This record gives sequence, structure tokens and C-alpha cells, in this order.
Amino acid sequence: MSESSNLADIARRNFLTRAGAVTGAAAIAPGVFLSVTASARPADEAVTARKRWGILVDTNKCASGCNDCVTACEEENGWGHSEPESNPEQKAHWIRTVDIRNKSTGFAKTLPIMCQHCETPPCVDVCPTGASFRRADGIVLVDKHICIGCRYCMMACPYKARSFVHEDLHDQKPWAPRGKGTVESCTMCVQRVDKDRIPACVEACSADNHNALIFGDLYDENSEISKALKAQDSVEIRGDLGLNTGIRYRGI
Amino acid sequence: MKLSLNYREIEGKSTGFWILLGGLALIIALAGGATLFMEHEGHHVTGMSNQIVWGMPHVFAIFLIVAASGALNVASIGTVFGKPLYKPLGRLSGLLAIALLLGGLVVLVLDLGRPDRLIVAMTYYNFKSIFAWNIILYNGFLAVTIVYLWLMMERRMNKYYKPAGFVAFVWRLILTTGTGSIFGFLVARQSYDAAIMAPMFVIMSFSYGLAVFILVLMAAYNWTNRPLGDVILYRLKNLLGVFIAAVLYFVLVFNLTNLYATEHHGIERFILLDGGIYTKLFWIVQIGIGSLLPLAMIYHPTVGKSRPAIATAAALVIVGAFAQLYVILIGGQAYPLVLFPGYEVSSAFFDGQITSYSPSIWEIALGVGGIALALLIVTVAVRVLRFLPETLEDAAIDPHAAGSGK
Repeated sequence: MSESSNLADIARRNFLTRAGAVTGAAAIAPGVFLSVTASARPADEAVTARKRWGILVDTNKCASGCNDCVTACEEENGWGHSEPESNPEQKAHWIRTVDIRNKSTGFAKTLPIMCQHCETPPCVDVCPTGASFRRADGIVLVDKHICIGCRYCMMACPYKARSFVHEDLHDQKPWAPRGKGTVESCTMCVQRVDKDRIPACVEACSADNHNALIFGDLYDENSEISKALKAQDSVEIRGDLGLNTGIRYRGI
Repeated sequence: MKLSLNYREIEGKSTGFWILLGGLALIIALAGGATLFMEHEGHHVTGMSNQIVWGMPHVFAIFLIVAASGALNVASIGTVFGKPLYKPLGRLSGLLAIALLLGGLVVLVLDLGRPDRLIVAMTYYNFKSIFAWNIILYNGFLAVTIVYLWLMMERRMNKYYKPAGFVAFVWRLILTTGTGSIFGFLVARQSYDAAIMAPMFVIMSFSYGLAVFILVLMAAYNWTNRPLGDVILYRLKNLLGVFIAAVLYFVLVFNLTNLYATEHHGIERFILLDGGIYTKLFWIVQIGIGSLLPLAMIYHPTVGKSRPAIATAAALVIVGAFAQLYVILIGGQAYPLVLFPGYEVSSAFFDGQITSYSPSIWEIALGVGGIALALLIVTVAVRVLRFLPETLEDAAIDPHAAGSGK
């Protein structure tokens, strides 16, 4: 049989299967489908620009000395204990807690800083190969296959959110590839988000009942994060740059 | 009467020639070894970090790339601005431009985290990135300059070299604008993010490139016992003086503008007052030894006529150039990003802290290797092709000057 008729056969079979599925689904839909509110995006479906993922950090709930979001990120994504040769300045930091204190008033706060997932990310602008990119749903990532390790994105990032891997790595997490000579940063736990789970930092913060981090779809006005943002003021770090970050802060 | 100009290969049989060649090759071999070590181990063996992400290799690479563009100036003055005095120097000028650029690019590429992915850099382009533009500008500059040189050197094609010289001149201005914009476009950093970076780099290229050109010219003619007249040398050194002053002017305007804006007082204070090594490098090496001293030497009525003094002045300009690039690159990164104006900031990732940088021997070796590569290319090229006129004595290039005894 020729290749084209083979393909036609497959297409026909697929059509019949899908048609059957739709008919069947229609039959049982009233009983089953109405109760389903959301489902994980199938792996072969493109990311949609109808969503924009974001995190609201309520620094009023951020306990001084608490580092749980950082620890959870390290465990989930496999950084923090994997670079024995690198000195402290060289070790990767995907997320860090920062202590700030107003020089005039003495007002002090602790807050986590990670990739701010800008709408117009300077790292994406400057990347010569396009390895730094922004997904349609707002998550800013590095394509480790075409990153040449020039570090221009690190020069451009206003938040020092990116790290360069200074040595060979072993025992990486399969869902969070890292590699010597390439740049990396917070992925907003894309591997979890794509399976309808929340980022590890947000989960850890809730587990401790601090609830300083709210994750969700900024475009869905019924999402918890959208409601919270609408109810009370929040700011972007370095809002003067006009980057429209996906991470917003309250209480600073 | 004006003598006709004969270009001839250098003899290249002396012991000195082979020592020079061998010495440069040895430096390149050592640099190659250092690079292999860095690539094998990863950047943890360097002084670079997640705080100082660009280090010594970038200082060398940017010096070479900026100087390359400036070295072509001499040819441009002859071709584009039609100054006959500079025409005999056009070939060497083009050659130096190519050699310096190749040296700089090699250093830049070998410092990449993944130099093995060079092909990716050549095949994937993000056209919003000034880096991607620079890849095209650098490769194009090499191509344009090679064509320009060929048209200059091939007698039958001579009639076409003027347009090529014009293209090369415009191309090099765009190229250095691109190099300066690498910093000018960095919106987030206190020490960069300024449109003046681009023209400042152009004027820096004039100064650096001419200093290198003068040194190479003097060495080539001295070591091959070819005559080099005062007319051409004095003209070149006076031009260098103008360029040094022009760089100073740009540095002054850049810092004055920053000093006017309160938000930049932190970085200005750091560079100009209490930045330790960076403050010393700025005032003592860049401004003092690298600008004011050579200016004084060049324009001094007696010292300015001494050849060792002219060579020393050119060398000092290069020393000052390295200091300037070190302060811009490393100093600019050592000063912390300002995320919360008016706040004291601290974290496990060195937020709010001045970070220190001590370059490793490997990085320095790589950078010096780039310079050696550029010089090796020049040395071999003048040995096998006709780049250098047999004589540059006053009578050969400017009969009026010879007649008046100037």
C-alpha cells in the first residue's frame, strides 16, 4: 500500500474514533462533564495566551527568617546542593529571600525574589539566539538547547534572577534540566503548572499556613489572585521600568 | 619629486622574526591550554561568578574589537577623506582591523559557556538583540574589509576601492555603535543605560585603534630597518592627541550627566570616590597615566618629537584603554543592582553588596592569547603579502614636507 493511502487510512480511523468519542461524550456529558471545572492541558496542545500565570507575594505574611519557599524550590528543581566546586558567588539561586530596611524610617521587611516573569522581559530582548523566551502564558524560560552561555541576559535582568552554571552537574531532576555553561532561572515550576499543580514555593508557603503567595491566572477575573489584586493595591519591583511583571508584591 | 611607492613583503629571515613568531605561537598555545581547562572544568575556575558575569576575557575582547574598528580609521582618512598622506598606510590599517577583530572574536567565543554551540549563534537569530546584530556586523566587517583590502592591493581593481572604502567606513561606525550599545541598551544597570555609550565607544575606538596602529607601524619599520619619516609619524601622533582629548570629553559629559541626577549618585560615588580598585584605575590609570600623561607627551615641544616618547605615549593610551574598559565592565557590575531605592538590602545572593572580582590566570591567558593571535596574523600577513611600503620617508610620501625640511 502506498504511503499516502496509508496516511488517509490513519486519518479516517482517527476521525471515526474521535467522532465516536464525541458522540459518546455527548451522551454521558450531562452526568459527568458538568462537574468538571478544569483539566490539565494535554501535552500536545499549545500553551495559550488567554492565560497569564502570576504570583502575588503578600510580604505582610512573609515571616522574617522563613526560607521555606526557597527550600521547596531547591528540592523541586534540584539546585542549591549540586555545585560543590562553585564558590558562594558562583552558586545558582533561582529564588532568594531578601531583607530590606528603609534607611530613613527603619521599616524592615523580608520578601522572596525570583524571576519576575515580565511581560516584556529584558532577558528575552537581549538574547542573541532566542534561547531566552516567554511562553504565551507568560512564563519566561531558557531553552537549554540553544543557550550558548553568553550571559547577556544576566547583564540585562533588573532582578538578578538568573544564574549561570559554573560546573558539571549530576543527578538532575528530569523535569528541570540544567547544564554547565548555560543560564537558568525560576521556571514558575512549569512542569507542575502544565499538570494543573501550583509552583513548589507557593505550595510550601501554604503548607506552613503563611499563605503569603497566591498563584493563578491573572487574566481570569474569578481567580483568587485576580480578586486579591483587585481588592488591594500591589506593586511591581522596579515598576519604573514598565516591564509589567507577572510577580507582584504587597506591603512594600 | 614624489617617489613612487613600492609595497613589499618583509624579508622575514632574521632570528628576531622567528623569535617573534615563535613567541606569539607559544602564547597562543598557552592560551589554548587555559581555554581547554576552563571549558573542561566550567567557569568555577575563573574569577567570574553570578555577580560579575563578564570578566577579564570580555575586557580583552572588547578592547580588541573596539581597537579593530579604530585601526581602520587610517585607511578611511586616506580613502574617504582623500588625504594622500594616509594612503600608503591603508593596507596595514585594513590588515590590523581584520587581525584585531579576529583576536577579539576568538576570545569572546571561547569564553562562552558553550563555545561548542557557535553554530547555534550563527543559525538562530533574535533580531531584537543587539548581540545578534553584532554577530552580523562583525562578520560583515571582516568581509567588507577583506574586499576593501583586495581592491586596494589588486592594481587592476584599484578604481573600485573608493566605494569599498566608504562602505567599510560606514560599516565600522555602525559596528562600534553596536558594541557601545551592548551597554547602552542595558536598562536595568545604574552604570550603563545611556545613549552616550554608543558614540563614546566610537570615539574610544578612534583612540585605541590609532594607538595600536602607531605601535605596530613603528615596530614593523624599526625591526625591518625600513625608513619611517617624521612627517607621517608626527601627523599620526597629533591625531592621537585629538582622539585622547575627545575620549576625555565624552567621559566628562557621561559622568557630569550622571552626577546631576540624584539616582546615579551611588554609582558615581562608587567609581569616582570610594570604589577602591575601580576609583584608582579610573583616576590614576585611565585619566592620569592613560590620558593626561600621553597628551602632555604628544604635544610637548621637545618630548613630542622623540620617537621613544611617541611609542610610550601610544602604549600608555592602550594601558589607559584597559583601565577604562575594566572600570566600565567590571566596576559597572561590581556595583549592586538597585531594586529598592532608599532601602538597605541583604540576602544570601549578595544583594546590595559590592562584589569583588579577582581575575584568574586562565582568563588573563585567554585574553593575552587574543592579542597574540592578532599580532601573529599581522606578522604572517606582512611576511607573505605586500602590505608595507618599502619606505615611508618624508620624501616618499610628502614632497612639500621634505622640501621645507619639516
